[in-house]
Amino acid sequence: MFFEVSLRYDFGPRQVSLDLASDNVLTALVGVSGAGKTTVLNAIAGLLQPDAGRIAVAGEVLFDAAHGINVKPEKRRAGYVFQDARLFPHMKVAANLAYGEKLARVEDRWIARDRVIELLGIGDLLGRYPATLSGGETRRVAVGRALLSGPRFLLLDEPMASLDAARAERMRELIENIRDELGLPMLLVSHDGREVERLAGRVVTLD
Amino acid sequence: MLTDAEWAVVGLSLKVSLVAVLLTLPVAYGLAWLLARRRFPGLIALDALVHLPLVVPPVVTGWVLLIAFGRNGPIGAWLESAFGVTLVFNWTGAALAAAVMALPLMVRAMRLSIEAVDRRLVGAARSLGASRWHAFLTITLPLSLPGIAAGAMLGFARSLGEFGATITFASNIAGETRTLPLAIYSGLQLPGAEAQVARLAIISIVLSLLALLVSELLVRRSAGRQAHVL
Repeated sequence: MFFEVSLRYDFGPRQVSLDLASDNVLTALVGVSGAGKTTVLNAIAGLLQPDAGRIAVAGEVLFDAAHGINVKPEKRRAGYVFQDARLFPHMKVAANLAYGEKLARVEDRWIARDRVIELLGIGDLLGRYPATLSGGETRRVAVGRALLSGPRFLLLDEPMASLDAARAERMRELIENIRDELGLPMLLVSHDGREVERLAGRVVTLD
Repeated sequence: MLTDAEWAVVGLSLKVSLVAVLLTLPVAYGLAWLLARRRFPGLIALDALVHLPLVVPPVVTGWVLLIAFGRNGPIGAWLESAFGVTLVFNWTGAALAAAVMALPLMVRAMRLSIEAVDRRLVGAARSLGASRWHAFLTITLPLSLPGIAAGAMLGFARSLGEFGATITFASNIAGETRTLPLAIYSGLQLPGAEAQVARLAIISIVLSLLALLVSELLVRRSAGRQAHVL
């Protein structure tokens, strides 16, 4: 199993709950906005703690309420591409890319920086600050930063949003490459039905 | 311009304020971080305690310092026996009084700029493999740097103007604890010192104004145009 996620998270009167087991490399998580898709990604990344449940990715248990297991976010090796990118505003693109790479163990770095830069076409951006980047450029840097941190799996929150048609297509191709060549488990949040159909082997609806 | 004695007063004031700010900086930042980022029982009480020197009569703050750090006070007696350090009637005592009085203003400025740092950036750093501490050092601390500088300037301005707690705790000793405000006060007691009082007062106003302007500019830079500490 790549993704085994069963969790419950309460915010006030509302509740997000999900039961998901997928052995597809790329699993899509869909649902109306506000259904808690990002909440699920945050829980898998360890950025928030579910009230109950169990999370395992590629055989490694990251969270288990019943057994008191809660792996720290920095130990989970999640390559999280946030919907709002969250580049570090005080660091240039090069430093943003290097942030996770420097923290990863050498044996965990499975992709070279030059390869990522070429793949994403961000070579011209390295000396710039995030505030000067367009939406699409920002997103590509965020993907590169996540890939370079030596992740065991990827969490992609609307990675194609705010990209123009050509860039979105290139991003889809990149995701397909990662899926087919690297076999890295990916959980993709998207609201685009056609995109999901094309990329994901399994679609899970959150309601 | 200024006489040698007046320059000495200015020099002492700057020394006392500088030491007070450096002394308070790490404490104020720690408190600001706690108040900005943590939710715990007693938070409101801590917040009130930090702000107490802002509202309590300074002479009371000086009296409390005298009780605690005086020769017979629990901390003062220990400092004297363990390190041979005496704070009362000493410029270091003036620095301590100024530090306590500057603390609330410094905490306010720093807290504001820590709150302005997007917590989600810290989450991003954690997911990239940064420990809590590494994320603090590489994200929160550098992004709140303008607030630290603003707090330091504000604390410096407050320290320069400190009077009540200083005269109560460290007394008014020429060349030792007689800072600008105390020198102005002493000048007012003497006949014929009007010109000296005026010179020292103008220096006080200029130094304070500069520190205030710089700190306000720094906070606006870090926390946005709408933010202010005054």
